[in-house]
Amino acid sequence: MTTAPVKSNVPARSGLKAWLTSDAPVSRSHAKAVQLYLGWLKLYENKLAFLGFLIIVSLVLMAIFAPLLATAEPNAQDLSKRLLSPLSEGHLLGTDELGRDIWSRLVYGSRITLLIVGIVAFTAPVFGLLIGTVAGYLGGWVDQVLMRLVDIFLAFPRLVLALAFVAALGAGIESAIIAISLTAWPPYARIARAETLTIRNADYISAVRLQGAGVMHIIVGHVWPLCLSSIIVRVTLDMAGIILTAAGLGFLGLGAQPPEPEWGAMISAGRKFVLDQWWVAAMPGMAIFIVSLGFNLLGDGLRDILDPKKSQS
Amino acid sequence: MPGSDSAVMERKPMVAEATKEARLEIKDLNVYFGEGADRLQAVRNVSLKVQQGGSFGIVGESGSGKSTVLRAVCGLVESWDGEIDIDGAPVSHRRDKAFARKIQMVFQDPYASLHPRHTVDRVLSEPLKLHGFDNVDARVLRVLDDVGLGADFRFRYPHQLSGGQRQRVAVARALMLEPEILLLDEPTSALDVSVQAEILNLFSDLRKEHNLTYVMVTHDLAVVAHMCDEIAVMQHGEVVEVMDVEAMRQSKPETAYTQELLKASLGYDAEFFGAA
Amino acid sequence: MSDTLLSVEDLWVRFPTRAGTVDAVRGISFSVGRERVGIVGESGSGKSMTGRSILRLIRPPGQMEAKSIAFNGKNLLDYSERQMRKIRGHEISMVMQDPKFSLNPVHTVGKQICEALRLHTKVSRRAARLGALEMLEAVQIRNPERVFNSYPHELSGGMGQRVMIAMMLITDPKLLIADEPTSALDVTVQMKVLAIMDKLVQERGMGLIFISHDLNLVSSFCDRIIIMYAGRIVETCKASELHNAVHPYTRGLLNALPRIEEPKERLEALQRQDSWKQEVSVDARV
Repeated sequence: MTTAPVKSNVPARSGLKAWLTSDAPVSRSHAKAVQLYLGWLKLYENKLAFLGFLIIVSLVLMAIFAPLLATAEPNAQDLSKRLLSPLSEGHLLGTDELGRDIWSRLVYGSRITLLIVGIVAFTAPVFGLLIGTVAGYLGGWVDQVLMRLVDIFLAFPRLVLALAFVAALGAGIESAIIAISLTAWPPYARIARAETLTIRNADYISAVRLQGAGVMHIIVGHVWPLCLSSIIVRVTLDMAGIILTAAGLGFLGLGAQPPEPEWGAMISAGRKFVLDQWWVAAMPGMAIFIVSLGFNLLGDGLRDILDPKKSQS
Repeated sequence: MPGSDSAVMERKPMVAEATKEARLEIKDLNVYFGEGADRLQAVRNVSLKVQQGGSFGIVGESGSGKSTVLRAVCGLVESWDGEIDIDGAPVSHRRDKAFARKIQMVFQDPYASLHPRHTVDRVLSEPLKLHGFDNVDARVLRVLDDVGLGADFRFRYPHQLSGGQRQRVAVARALMLEPEILLLDEPTSALDVSVQAEILNLFSDLRKEHNLTYVMVTHDLAVVAHMCDEIAVMQHGEVVEVMDVEAMRQSKPETAYTQELLKASLGYDAEFFGAA
Repeated sequence: MSDTLLSVEDLWVRFPTRAGTVDAVRGISFSVGRERVGIVGESGSGKSMTGRSILRLIRPPGQMEAKSIAFNGKNLLDYSERQMRKIRGHEISMVMQDPKFSLNPVHTVGKQICEALRLHTKVSRRAARLGALEMLEAVQIRNPERVFNSYPHELSGGMGQRVMIAMMLITDPKLLIADEPTSALDVTVQMKVLAIMDKLVQERGMGLIFISHDLNLVSSFCDRIIIMYAGRIVETCKASELHNAVHPYTRGLLNALPRIEEPKERLEALQRQDSWKQEVSVDARV
């Protein structure tokens, strides 16, 4: 692969814009940049999706700069200051039953949430995509075997299956991630297979077959790019559910273990005081709500942006 | 299979027969779809002979099996029997990589035959990389030039191109591996008349420059008369007639079906069709 | 040649896009009498938009505008949406390219034809059924009873298009707009369908607007031809005098066609000129 010639002089602002919206890109990376820029414009125009995007970006920034944003150590206990209400001196969102600062715990907890989301988002969809496209493209008995496997996984209630995995692997954040990934892939396989069935007989697939390309080359290079958009949309929409499942496992005491500041575990700990000191449970609840909403908004917007049928016209 | 073969050969001009060898020969081709009780025979006992450097047309209406013949020849359909010879050597049902450098195909709908997420550059350089060609950049640029597009189009996506430009890219893709035979499946039927003229001219030029052999499938008799020297008419999966282009121009087809096709392609005739 | 059925004056169709407004049709005027008028153009010439705008069927965000669209002396632009619904399918009918998209897949053909009739005229169920069967026979369907009770997917393309024509003509409209009615069909079937349409239109003294990309077909089928380019009418002439056309675009189209009788080494490629887009539209009213 050749790379783009390095631009010696950075074009002026209007020049840059023209470069980014060019009809006739001059290199591979230029073509990519134009596509990305047009996607960005569409995202920017869709206000709700953009709001979702901003929420997710804030979450990422929060996780990266946690030590700077936190006002206290997340696990530092101070029993003299337990159950302080929000907006009290030095504790923006109040403190929990052990006198830990809730804001700081939420900030550090975003790292755990992102870790779960990140790992699940990169394992389950990729695995599902592989299984689904192979089944859809090859058809026949391969399709039968793989899809029955998918059916078996889909037949189990997700949380119960995750519980079973966690029970077998031992409680902890890693077990929770593995359990969620293992239960999350089958829907992706279904989507990928359905997309593949509409793509496999297309003329452009026939054309690359005639050039002597192998099965995996076609699946990875030609089928995947077209399945990817619906998978990405589904992933962002699922993220809310994944966060909730992780929080649920945490709530049941099977996910992150104390004193880790995982949001679900925090709600679980706060439920004892929910009537008198509502903020202990409500603050992590709000965090889960906002992040889930962000992913949902973004996912809905991406559905419009990435749909190749729409962008072609 | 000499029986059915001779029926076709008898009508051919003997001079051409003697001087030129067959590049592609199909003997008693049958193609089936489906299995068991649902099995459907799409092509019956088709025998054709395409000479080196020739341009052979197959005309017929939808469901006549004309495209299926092409798909069997290039290996996209595997459920066939009979014999397909290229340069005298029979080809097997499963094609290897080397086969790709002999035969390539241009598809009907330029809107469906280019991958929507791949740039022109990727479409054209992919076959080169698959076959380990060198000088990829230079070859891509040269072929773009050959099909009349030029370097400006190299990094565009299909949705940035018009129908005619897309079909030029599809033709360029078919030329990348420098094949000897090009199968053309209704290559202009999705295009406007003026664009069709450009693409047909392009095919004529390329045939001369690259010494190509064409097999073209179409429902348009005027296109086939313009492009081809020999024409087979298919109906219900069978070849009903093989004639040379002169016989067609002079409206001297032998079968009633060809006569009707020819009449229909000349335009509407209230007396002829109103009576029917 | 006869009294005017439809007269369109200064019709515009616009589509707002991110890059600005696109004019699909730019101020065209034409009229149709009890005759067969062909509108020919390449993709993007605005010919289909012209057909749809007569029935005011331009979907938002598209907008149409005209000085007048006079049908039988009444301006359709003054009609309310409710009144337009009475015009559509009753006074003016439209046949589209692909019958598969125009017929409802979950109802039988017969039910749909009867519905079309009962929507506009007060007839009994029995009478509607008889009318439908008669109409199916008129479009030369050999076994009307069987077709009446079949679903759209059970019909071939040619059969489906005949059914569409039957459905559109059963209300006895005065004007039929046919938008590429036969281009999805095989040539021989195409001719049969055209012959049926031709016969019915002539018998009933209807006007016909035949929209097509096929210059050859239109010139052999219609009485008068309107040639559109980039939303404008560039030329209009009698079909029999098409070979004398003078506009370079029309000439270019004619020369670009391969012809069976006259072999050519190369086809003439059309050299488009920007001036064609700027020229004032030709008035095609008679």
